[in-house]
Amino acid sequence: MLKILKYSFYDLIRSRWSYVYFLFYLLLGFVLLFLNNDVSKAIITLMNVIIILVPLISTIFGIMYFYNSKEFTELLLAQPIKRSSIFLGQYLGVAGSLTLSLVLGLGIPFVLYGLFKSDAIFDFSLLLVTGAFLTLIFTVLAFNIALSNENKIKGFGYAVLLWLFMAVIYDGLFLMSLIIFKEYPLDAFSLSATMFNPIDLSRTLILLKLDISALLGYTGAVFKKFFGTDQGLFVSMLMLILWTVLPIWRLVYVSKKKDF
Amino acid sequence: MMRYQSLLNFTFLLFVTAHLWAKPIVICESCEIKSISEGIDRAIDFDTLIVKKGTYKEFNILVDKPLTLIGEGYPIIDGEKKGEIMRIVSDGVTIDGFFIINVGTSYTTDYAAIRVVKSENFLIQNVVLEKLFFGIYLEKSNYGKVYHNKIIGDAKDEYNSGNGIQLWYSHHVEVSNNIVQGARDGIYLEFSDNITIDNNKSTNNLRYGLHFMFSDDDVYTNNLFENNGAGVAVMFSKGIIMKGNTFRKNWGTASFGVLLKEINDAEISNNTFEENTIGINIEGSNRINYKGNNFINNGWGIKVLGACYANAFTGNNFLYNSFDISYDSKLNDNVFDGNYWSGYTGYDLDKNGIGDVPYRPVKLFSYIVNKTPEAIVLLRSLFMDIIDFSEKVSPVFTPDNLLDINPLMTKVQ
Repeated sequence: MLKILKYSFYDLIRSRWSYVYFLFYLLLGFVLLFLNNDVSKAIITLMNVIIILVPLISTIFGIMYFYNSKEFTELLLAQPIKRSSIFLGQYLGVAGSLTLSLVLGLGIPFVLYGLFKSDAIFDFSLLLVTGAFLTLIFTVLAFNIALSNENKIKGFGYAVLLWLFMAVIYDGLFLMSLIIFKEYPLDAFSLSATMFNPIDLSRTLILLKLDISALLGYTGAVFKKFFGTDQGLFVSMLMLILWTVLPIWRLVYVSKKKDF
Repeated sequence: MMRYQSLLNFTFLLFVTAHLWAKPIVICESCEIKSISEGIDRAIDFDTLIVKKGTYKEFNILVDKPLTLIGEGYPIIDGEKKGEIMRIVSDGVTIDGFFIINVGTSYTTDYAAIRVVKSENFLIQNVVLEKLFFGIYLEKSNYGKVYHNKIIGDAKDEYNSGNGIQLWYSHHVEVSNNIVQGARDGIYLEFSDNITIDNNKSTNNLRYGLHFMFSDDDVYTNNLFENNGAGVAVMFSKGIIMKGNTFRKNWGTASFGVLLKEINDAEISNNTFEENTIGINIEGSNRINYKGNNFINNGWGIKVLGACYANAFTGNNFLYNSFDISYDSKLNDNVFDGNYWSGYTGYDLDKNGIGDVPYRPVKLFSYIVNKTPEAIVLLRSLFMDIIDFSEKVSPVFTPDNLLDINPLMTKVQ
């Protein structure tokens, strides 16, 4: 598995898209810091970009990579290698290189602008951790879609739909249900609804860490009480890990049974 | 006649001053008179008492004659938490230069460091108060001045702490250049008209920096209210003028820069509201002119609740607030004209400094949040940006006449 991981990883590291992705974040980080020169303000702006772009790019990139390397995968399948190591290796290669681009691309400008001297270091690391998780989650979801759909067009369609659902439609449904059931106490509901969408969960986690949380009023106080504690942070991290592990398990399970 | 009068005045003044300077009563630890109460007993009207440096363990000092009490080198009056420290019940009293500590705490009586009762023409200045319950308490006392005092409380809970400077049924008083911190309410006024509050700094108070009710025709200028529990609350008053004040960092789930409730015919101009959860929270306030204010980095710049009619917002700067304006009804009777909005994305083709496209300051999201407060958890999500954009293009839910027809292209200086 490690060999395949290494191969995929180096293949991607050498490819143009990784560089473009890396340079994009590098540029974004520098521009943001150049424009307002305040590390903690830049983190808020960055959050907006991360929770939208990271899932989108991970999804598209993951599905593209899977379809592109299909012939190579079939070649590997003919060899006496465990199926799980082939797919896991490829997945970790893609997700690893994307995460590396993200962490380095954003890390370098922030470190240069004095991240270690500012007290925003915890917020920033939380941002990077959630960014990394979002990469892992959406890449593996994309791999799952690609594995289940031989038809490329269909696969792409589903992948984009998945992103659209998580980033936009889910919030729309969430809001609708809030408005429809506004006569009822909705704190527990909104808390759990947030938990079941990795994008919402990441957004809430970062928002509450920043001092913007005072805006959230009474609901915010309930949220803060939950997410602000170590237990809340632990539960949300657990949710993110579940979101990563369950699709990986499905990837392995389906790939074992699939007839190529 | 006039000449005779002024001559008479002059001789009178000469007599009074000669009298004053002739017999200043000196109080010190090694003098004949060792306590302030004793000094007051011995003094006659219009005497001056000079209190030398030292510690005086006294409480319930009753000033019942028109006297001038001057502390030299900030003598300490230690009430030892036994009750009220100084009570003034005579007109024309001056208190100058004392350091008063340890006012008693009570759940039934409002013990104060200095209480002025039914007296006029008083002057309280250069007094430092620490470890207090109530600080300076003016009760039915008019035409006085509270100037350049420093009040430092250590209030922990609202129920067992008092206010820094409190005015109750007192008119025509000037409160200026004071520093109040760590009290329950920094400055508190009730039923007090024609008051001038100028150049005070009210910070880190437990509840409100400034709190007034039923107090008409008061003027508030150049004060700083920072980091108070809930900001500044002004209620049930008319004819208020607020100019050049700064309201900063009132940041918390139930905090605001200013809460206006039932305030009518007021003028609020050239104030700065910075980093408050809500800049101004307006409820049932009519005919107010908001002019030349700066709203910077607030959660909500202005939150309008309930019936607010005929207010005018002109020439204000709204800079980087999460929501500039929030409305809870579809009806609008207020005028927004010629403000600068940092969120404005229009253009100015004829280069006259006024944007050619009207600006709609109420976002759909702020409307939704008013209806269902839980929806705030969707703050900064892509979905909200999308529906805000579509609402901006064709308003359906927000009041369609709520717009600034002449949004400025550059900041108001």
